[in-house]
Amino acid sequence: MKKSNPNPNANRNILRLAYVVAGVFVCMLLYLGYFLQFESGSVINNAYNPRVDLLAERVVRGELLSSDGQVLARTVTAEDGSERREYPFGSLFAHVVGYTGNGKTGIESLTNFYLLTSHVNLVEQVFNEFSGVKNLGDNVVTTLDVRLQQTAYDLLGDRRGAVVVMEPDTGKILAMVSKPDYDPNAIAENWEALTADEAGEARLLNRAAQGLYAPGSTFKILTLLEYLREHPEDYGEFRFDCDGTYENGEYTIRCYHGEAHGSQDLTQAFANSCNGAFAQIGLGLDKAGFGELAEQLLYNRQLPLSLPYSESSFAMTAEADTWETLQTAIGQGRTQVTPVHQTMITAAIANGGTLMKPYLIDRVESAGGQEGKKFMPSAWGELMTAKEAADLTEFMRNVVATGTGSALRTDAYTVAGKTGSAEFETGRETHAWFTGFAPAESPKIAVTVIVEEGGSGGRAAAPIARGIFDAYFSGN
Amino acid sequence: MTTLILEGSKYLMTFLMIFYAYLNFRFFGERYDIRKLKLCRRQNVVMFLIHFLGYLSLYISRGEDRILVFYGAQVLFFGLYLVLSRVFYRNISRLLLNNMCLLLSVGFLMLSRLNMERAVRQFAIVAVAAVLTWIIPFIIDRVWQLSRIPWVYGGIGLILLVAVCVAGTTSYGAKMSLEFQGISLQPAEFVKISYVFFVATMFYRATNFKAVAATTAMAAAHVLVLVFSKDLGNALIFFLTYLFMLFVATNNWFYLSAGLAAGCGAAAMAYQLFPHVQNRVAAWLDPWSDVADKGYQIAQSLFAIGTGGWMGMGLDRGLPGKIPVVEKDFIISAIAEELGGLFAICLILICLGCFLQFMMIATRMQAMFYKLIAFGLGCEYIVQVFLTVGGAFKFIPLTGMTLPLVSYGGSSVVGTFIVFAVIQGLYILKRNEEEDEKE
Repeated sequence: MKKSNPNPNANRNILRLAYVVAGVFVCMLLYLGYFLQFESGSVINNAYNPRVDLLAERVVRGELLSSDGQVLARTVTAEDGSERREYPFGSLFAHVVGYTGNGKTGIESLTNFYLLTSHVNLVEQVFNEFSGVKNLGDNVVTTLDVRLQQTAYDLLGDRRGAVVVMEPDTGKILAMVSKPDYDPNAIAENWEALTADEAGEARLLNRAAQGLYAPGSTFKILTLLEYLREHPEDYGEFRFDCDGTYENGEYTIRCYHGEAHGSQDLTQAFANSCNGAFAQIGLGLDKAGFGELAEQLLYNRQLPLSLPYSESSFAMTAEADTWETLQTAIGQGRTQVTPVHQTMITAAIANGGTLMKPYLIDRVESAGGQEGKKFMPSAWGELMTAKEAADLTEFMRNVVATGTGSALRTDAYTVAGKTGSAEFETGRETHAWFTGFAPAESPKIAVTVIVEEGGSGGRAAAPIARGIFDAYFSGN
Repeated sequence: MTTLILEGSKYLMTFLMIFYAYLNFRFFGERYDIRKLKLCRRQNVVMFLIHFLGYLSLYISRGEDRILVFYGAQVLFFGLYLVLSRVFYRNISRLLLNNMCLLLSVGFLMLSRLNMERAVRQFAIVAVAAVLTWIIPFIIDRVWQLSRIPWVYGGIGLILLVAVCVAGTTSYGAKMSLEFQGISLQPAEFVKISYVFFVATMFYRATNFKAVAATTAMAAAHVLVLVFSKDLGNALIFFLTYLFMLFVATNNWFYLSAGLAAGCGAAAMAYQLFPHVQNRVAAWLDPWSDVADKGYQIAQSLFAIGTGGWMGMGLDRGLPGKIPVVEKDFIISAIAEELGGLFAICLILICLGCFLQFMMIATRMQAMFYKLIAFGLGCEYIVQVFLTVGGAFKFIPLTGMTLPLVSYGGSSVVGTFIVFAVIQGLYILKRNEEEDEKE
């Protein structure tokens, strides 16, 4: 009964286009499904998402736990139903765990969504709905180690500065201390004083991740690496005669406190942190190549770090003049680095050149202790070759064995590291640095210490690292 | 207890919506009219149930009596519209009619939750549009001269667009509306229809090179004026629709591929010329690096959809108000947030179902004129749905279009009513013809 169709082509084309459109829509809906199932969790856990706080009306914020299960933060519900966030360790974990109330920072902010999501069993949830009781939010187990954090915190004492402790082969951050600190339990009461900051202390600033410092002699690791790359065959023949000051035309570079190191090969120059030797090395380097190396080691780049951080900067260009080149080679000049970034470089050396992404959250558990999401170590990429990492390790061992890192000389374990004393303002004490790892032959932890205006790295920063290594190896 | 009702109706609504979408696609596979009729009756029941549960939740949550009054008015409207449409036009497509009502009811529900005043205003416009557009199928059936006045369609359309370009008011960087005496109109929503009529009449008369050249010139003029008004979303809709209509009318693959190539070239040029296009593309590629500014809209939309998850937060229990222009461009995100991702997916499938119905009608029309009209209007409809929804999901860059029948916006909803009425007119025409033949 059907009439013959006068436009068979048109109809075929209409159907073709309809199929294409349907196909595109199917793709779009699959994309939405993928987003809902796999991506939404990490997307909505964002400080700019105002919705997460809505969850707080239905869920009691979960606990933050140290790696061995000690409570770092918990919510206490009073009899009248009001809630208060309690930090049992006070200011010990102030920056890294963060606070809630006046905004959120640290791990409190990173894990906001997990803490406000409940995975208690369904029966209990329905029962809670009926009785109008809030469900218990999930707990988050961090990678933080209370004993190491406490050790670093005590050793830093009243001095300003920061300590970062990380596992090179996993990227787990075991401790992160920043001083001066604040009491997160009293953040609301002290808010005005803290933000007004009349003393210029910047107590709220997490110096470990956001503090930018001149790297001082710790930067010689990069200068050395560039030199090794440019002189793969003959670096063993390097010699420098140090009389305490290095002169180049009108410029003078002095070794720390004008100490004369005498005749130095490359290993000795690095171990003794001889500025003259490294200034001379710096002048001979290919500046463009040096810049590339710095960027390979994450200067001027985003770090794979979920906490807020400052970007380290390496400002020397290929056109830099002699003075800037001399300064840059010994870690002065315009170069700036954060302690956490320095730790990542050191950890990569310890881990055969491969940088593991630093992370703070080990796993999420329901209030009943059932394991939920688990975070696994993941590699970020290679900062250098395994051979280069092994060579640098050897140089850094000698810093401790024969050079400025004498505070870490012990029979219990071998440390590879580098000290630094960074000038930042004429007439003031230098910032004291130490960065290193142990045991040198099979590294377990990497440590970076900075003590603001602490003086010499070997005397002020290295002993703190020593204490942390001691605590770690006596405990395990 | 309140939470239990709210939670319960949330799950029930999602289930009903899935069932509705299922019926919608079952319809295409059904051969017998009696079964189709049964499916459509079920759809009506399901629609009223969803509508009821939605307003029940909203009433429980807000406790405002005006919600009940508004709900009553809507039930009355939908009841009358469904019944009277069938009284006036025995052969109306019930599936299309049902889908229209479902999309409207979900739109009303979401608008009531977001902004009661706007919802009421939208409802009033819809009621008037519904009554006025009842005449359209009648006209299509009787007035055969419609196919003889291409330059009237083309001329009126172009004049309106030029008027917007010259005297229009700017919102979000684009000139889109004309204002007089407090009433704001978006002529592009109506020009969309005259434009399809223009192209259809032109190609109905001839598809030789000369006709193609003349039509292309006029279509290009439409698109260019839209580009000058920076209304790039509509420009894209007009462009694609013309290209597809040209392809269907001429069966010429060269036109299609050359047109698509030219379109890509034009898109690249638009990217170079317009900073706001660059911003949109940047925000699409990575909204997270600039969440506070450029990526704000899309990030808020994704937060809404993500927080809602598959099942949604429950009506009135999310924060869709945090998304800028949520009633217009991001209504689908608000739906996904509170009614759930599954609900939103079903809603989009129903939109796709409408489009497929348009295409079926297009293939069944004998005259090229009617065929092209059904096809062209269908293209405009689905491209717009795609731009809105894809933009809100970050599937494609944002263009800032409304979701027809669901989003807030008078011109948009009236224009869509006309489009659906025209399609219904064609369907009725065809069915009447078939009945005549049988007798």
